[in-house]
Amino acid sequence: MRMHRRTLLALAVFTGLTAPSMALAADDTVKIGLLATFEGPFTVLGEDGERGAMTAVEEMKGMVAGKKIEIVKGSSDASPDSAVRAARKLVEQDGVKVLVGPLSGDEGIAVKDYAKTQPNVTFINGTSAAQDTTLRNPAENFFRFSTDGAQWMAGLGTYAFKDKGYKKVATVAEDYSFPYTQVFGFMAEFCKAGGHVPSKSWVPIGNKDFSSVIAAIPEDVDAIYVALGGADAVNFLTQYQQGGGTAPLIGGSITVDQTVLTSKGKLKDVLKGTPSAGPTADTNDAPAWKAFVEAYKKQPGAFPSPSLFAHGYYVDMKATLLGLDQVGGDVSDGGKKLRDALSKLSFDTPTGKVSLDKNRNAIADIFLTEVTEGADGNLLNKLVKVVPQVNQTLGIPEDEFMKLGAVNRDNPSCP
Amino acid sequence: MSLAIATDSTTTQRNWLEKLGAGNIILAVALVLYPLVASDFFLTQIGGYSLIFGMLGLSLMLLAGYGGMVSLAQITVAGISAYAIAILGNNNSNILGFGWPWWLAVPFAVLAAALASALIGWISVRTEGIYTIMITLAIATATYYFAQQNYAIFNGHSGYAGIRAPAFWGIGWRDAKPFYYLCLGLAALCYAAVLYGSRSTFGMTLQAIRDNPRRMRALGYHVTAHKVFAWLLSGVIAGLAGVLLVWFNGRVSPGTIGVDAAIDVLIIAVIGGLRHPIGPFLGALVVVLMQTFAIDIVGAERFNTLIGLVFLVIVFVSPDGILGLWGRIKPHLAQESLRPGA
Repeated sequence: MRMHRRTLLALAVFTGLTAPSMALAADDTVKIGLLATFEGPFTVLGEDGERGAMTAVEEMKGMVAGKKIEIVKGSSDASPDSAVRAARKLVEQDGVKVLVGPLSGDEGIAVKDYAKTQPNVTFINGTSAAQDTTLRNPAENFFRFSTDGAQWMAGLGTYAFKDKGYKKVATVAEDYSFPYTQVFGFMAEFCKAGGHVPSKSWVPIGNKDFSSVIAAIPEDVDAIYVALGGADAVNFLTQYQQGGGTAPLIGGSITVDQTVLTSKGKLKDVLKGTPSAGPTADTNDAPAWKAFVEAYKKQPGAFPSPSLFAHGYYVDMKATLLGLDQVGGDVSDGGKKLRDALSKLSFDTPTGKVSLDKNRNAIADIFLTEVTEGADGNLLNKLVKVVPQVNQTLGIPEDEFMKLGAVNRDNPSCP
Repeated sequence: MSLAIATDSTTTQRNWLEKLGAGNIILAVALVLYPLVASDFFLTQIGGYSLIFGMLGLSLMLLAGYGGMVSLAQITVAGISAYAIAILGNNNSNILGFGWPWWLAVPFAVLAAALASALIGWISVRTEGIYTIMITLAIATATYYFAQQNYAIFNGHSGYAGIRAPAFWGIGWRDAKPFYYLCLGLAALCYAAVLYGSRSTFGMTLQAIRDNPRRMRALGYHVTAHKVFAWLLSGVIAGLAGVLLVWFNGRVSPGTIGVDAAIDVLIIAVIGGLRHPIGPFLGALVVVLMQTFAIDIVGAERFNTLIGLVFLVIVFVSPDGILGLWGRIKPHLAQESLRPGA
């Protein structure tokens, strides 16, 4: 009797572990994995990414090539390990053949490495924007229809030097691959124009106390270039203002994003007039953008204007669906046809035409913006200038660009 | 003569089998045969991962269950051996990577982890109860931030990538089945060692020290030395788990050894139960299953709430975890079978 019960327990454990293996999608549905940060410091950003992706799905009324779209979500906490774990679950357990994501820089590099081990699955980026996700050692089956962090900075360095007259700028940015890429993009132009960057501060993600960083900023700089995201940006800006800092700011793409601009408090006065650049501009007048904003606002919990995460996930999901539409939703050949279609895909997004280069990285328009107060009191990114069709090498010939070296904390440098 | 040996060995074998108990044998057979029915995902992402975290929980159970020392630094110890593998072996992050073969790198990594664990033990044995938790939490957090900001050794936020499990005897040990068996083998070894160790002189002494250190000191035992040695042993187990973890992920970064992961190990040990070495493995299985599949049950927005609620319910219903739950149900079942006609 005693043994009998133990046997039952063992059997129960055993069957519980084996039960659901590979659940294959039915013929009339297309399964798409959606990987974003639904936990950790970037939760707010991940949720807005999801809104963007769902806007694209709803635009197609949830159908592609006559098949129903089934979205399977995976969550990471912005660490590369968790992103790969979530991607593995979506691919190996849920059996998705197409995966959209992830959200942040190092995650993108990790998922690209994982993509190499899954040649029959097609990976489309979310908003991760580290340069080396596609530039160096790319994966054949990883596509990025959203641009990278250096591309997002197109025009900003020149604008800060020539129009704003800043000669010396200190940088404060988070310590991982995406901000490295952003600082690289800004400095590539700014240093070329003749500017100097005497001090670069790198802070860990989730830093709370910025007093030592603020103290280390030289006093004679004309402006501070800040590439921090979400809560980090709010914390730094608040503490900088409370510490009596008065230097004007230059914003990284996610520093003056809607996720930061909508935060409450006195930040408004500090942020007004901050130039920045990125893949979106809130006051874009193009009808396609306005239509996108309206569609986006139907999502639950939407911001007054879509953040660049909503935009990035929208563009990548839209590209995925257009590609799937072209191949009739058929990925039974290991996604080969789909990848051919995606490589050649060129389409009009709310922010202009997007096409891919040979590394499967997007060439797209970038928007130079400045923070202003809207009619309803909300802060907005006012469109200053559109930089048309920026490629990954920022218009520099490829071999020359590669000579600049991989981005990291010390590269580039122009003290 | 040969006959005598044969009979002798059968008697010992029978005794040995009896000692193991039917339940353990069935469980072992089930675990060995598991790859026949499970998909690759269930083999590595659930099976292998649970065994790795079970080993980490086991290293904590050894300290907490037998030594009365609750540590939050087990993942830190595992992280040290994981980083050691990345640094001594090969990685593709273009930093360090001495290219040692696995049979040299693994012992060194485990040794480094064991020594680090002994050092942490040395620092924290002066404290008791909640202060041990605090000091180990402080060590875990400090190591996390150090790894995050040190570029010469830890390569900062991005850590090391491109670490491959070795291939020898014609087997790629990161393939699903070999990797599962590797995890199972090492976990079973550690499990048996802890079970055996708990009944050894050292194990008994450690438990006596847990119950009354002052009396043991009066009897002439070196209390600190025993405790530090327990830390060293738990460091070996955590170090082995760290090696498996880095082969499993193929990468290691500060996120691997963050405070979240440290707390995960504690949760695993607590909801599994600290009374018996099987507890942490049960806990790890529940935690890994929850963390993997909760998102399918309630969606992306609230799945962490569900995970928290399940843990809360387990601990609320049974303060000594799943093991305690079983211990509570068992007598009821036994009573029922005694009742006539039941």
